[in-house]
Amino acid sequence: MPEVPPLEAELQLATRGSEMKLEAELPPGTRESRGTRLARAVLGPQPIGLAFGAPYGLFIAALFAYPLGLAVWISFHSYFFTAPGVSVARPFVGLANYEAVLTDPEVLRSFLNILIFLVINVPLTVGLSLLLATALNAAIPFRALFRACFYVPYVTASVAMVAVWLFMFNTGGVVDSVLGPLAPVPSWLVNQNWAMPSIAIYVTWKQLGFFILLYLAALQNVPKELYEAASIDGASWWHKLWSVTVPGVRTVTTLITLLAIIVGANLFTEPYLLTAGGGPNGTSASPVLLMYQIGIEQNHPDFASALGVILVIGVLLIVGVQRLLQRNQT
Amino acid sequence: MTQTGTTADEVAVAPDDVTSVEPPTSRSWWRLIVLGIGALVFVFPFYYMIIGSLQKNQNTSLSGIVPQPGNITLRNYGEINAALNLGKTLINSGIFTGGVLLATVVFGVLAGYALAQLRFRGRGLLFVMMLLLLMVPFQLLIIPLYVLIVRYYGLGDSYLGMIAPFAINSTAVFIFRQYFLQLPKELFDAARIDGANELRILTRIALPLVRPALLTAMLLTFIGPWNEYLWPFLITKQQSMQPLAVALANYMNTVQSTVSNPFGTILAGAVVLAVPAVALFLAFQRYFVAPNIGSAVKG
Repeated sequence: MPEVPPLEAELQLATRGSEMKLEAELPPGTRESRGTRLARAVLGPQPIGLAFGAPYGLFIAALFAYPLGLAVWISFHSYFFTAPGVSVARPFVGLANYEAVLTDPEVLRSFLNILIFLVINVPLTVGLSLLLATALNAAIPFRALFRACFYVPYVTASVAMVAVWLFMFNTGGVVDSVLGPLAPVPSWLVNQNWAMPSIAIYVTWKQLGFFILLYLAALQNVPKELYEAASIDGASWWHKLWSVTVPGVRTVTTLITLLAIIVGANLFTEPYLLTAGGGPNGTSASPVLLMYQIGIEQNHPDFASALGVILVIGVLLIVGVQRLLQRNQT
Repeated sequence: MTQTGTTADEVAVAPDDVTSVEPPTSRSWWRLIVLGIGALVFVFPFYYMIIGSLQKNQNTSLSGIVPQPGNITLRNYGEINAALNLGKTLINSGIFTGGVLLATVVFGVLAGYALAQLRFRGRGLLFVMMLLLLMVPFQLLIIPLYVLIVRYYGLGDSYLGMIAPFAINSTAVFIFRQYFLQLPKELFDAARIDGANELRILTRIALPLVRPALLTAMLLTFIGPWNEYLWPFLITKQQSMQPLAVALANYMNTVQSTVSNPFGTILAGAVVLAVPAVALFLAFQRYFVAPNIGSAVKG
């Protein structure tokens, strides 16, 4: 980034005093050249940037950094909610909360549930969104209409969509009517083996439009010469897909896998509403659902905070690995 | 990491992505078949939601897929309105969403501009914190946020408490930064020589040039709080403070046998909740495109 030439910077500072409404935000003595120089040495060449960035900086500090720190603090102490105004001792308990989390059968089951979710959601999402994005990536009739159809679930409230899915997948719902004797008993959402897969399929459907969007963007960047060269070599449609398209959009595929893991760890609305609180028997519970149930409903915020911190570390590790992979590819 | 493959021209001028599509071939029929099946699967639940919300008596058999003239009524909408007070919950959703939009547009644009075009101490830190915020899902912080906002500050059942954790959408800040970064530096230097202050440069020169980004960011920001369930659910106990998504979900969990068609009533509420977001999206569809959103996620 080029340095602002000194003359221009001087001019800029000279004119600033007369017009600047945000003058109060600047340190005193900005107009004097010694003060100016000192301010610039301490605050950078354009200290006004501090004023512009300050609200966002405060927002991050108060509603992200501080809560994150508080979560870590709570997770190392014995902590529970009390009536307002009552103060109780919150003794330091070391890693006890973490130990409790990692040996809790409900928590372990929720991790297994995420795994089931991923095994179904990731291949379905990658396969279907790549297929639909490839089909969309051409001058075809009704292109905008098709695109709109795929994106609409993504922009609609999950609460509204869950209501329809409940209606469709309930015992005796229209899906059961269509399948007749092939429908599982007990029905989808109350069946131990089908509850989590139902959520995985629902989330695939809900999010697919967003991933089609990402793949469409990636497909634009695959050089057309590669397809032409492959055609000249007589490559089949399948061969072109496998050796040109798939490697060309690999970064997005990695990204989708990463996002799917994060979505899985953060499911709440779906297990809470679609399968009635992670049922049956916790076979569709997600970690965030447990954080709510154990932390707030059952008043064990220390346990829930430890679970939250573990998940934050997990997410950051996964993001780090993804960045490394991406760097090695390029 | 922060630069995406698209050039400033492409992003600023062409919000549609038909830039390098393959030429039409005689073999495009397979595309239409695949897309047609896909579109049916995607649109059917919406269609079924509307049909279901109009049924006098719940009909989950195959014949229920086609609207039956004798079984159509608007009564479900009246019932959900009586149960939830739709007007009030819609106002709550509107205040929640409007507050987030306002804060994001004002403070997010300022922050995005500072991150892209101004050099000051702490810029690197601000940028790194923004990236961290984009990576760590909000849901994982519900316990400390609940402790802080409801217990420490007593902001349960208040709009301020509802808006606070979402106030400035970081994805929007990131989009603003990316677009401001692509504007030529010389433009700003020239304005500075002419004596314009930074606020004036931002509002008169930079913002008009990134109008598509502003719309994209506002659309993305809108669907966040409008559709959000977990946080407003956590901090609102009184029904008079609940956004529609929360009130409807509570209604779903305590299914009312007092109404004649409980599912129809729920679906009527779902239609009301879905319509504003879907309508906005369809109206501004061309701004909801890959370069804008993809760049934000690719990071």
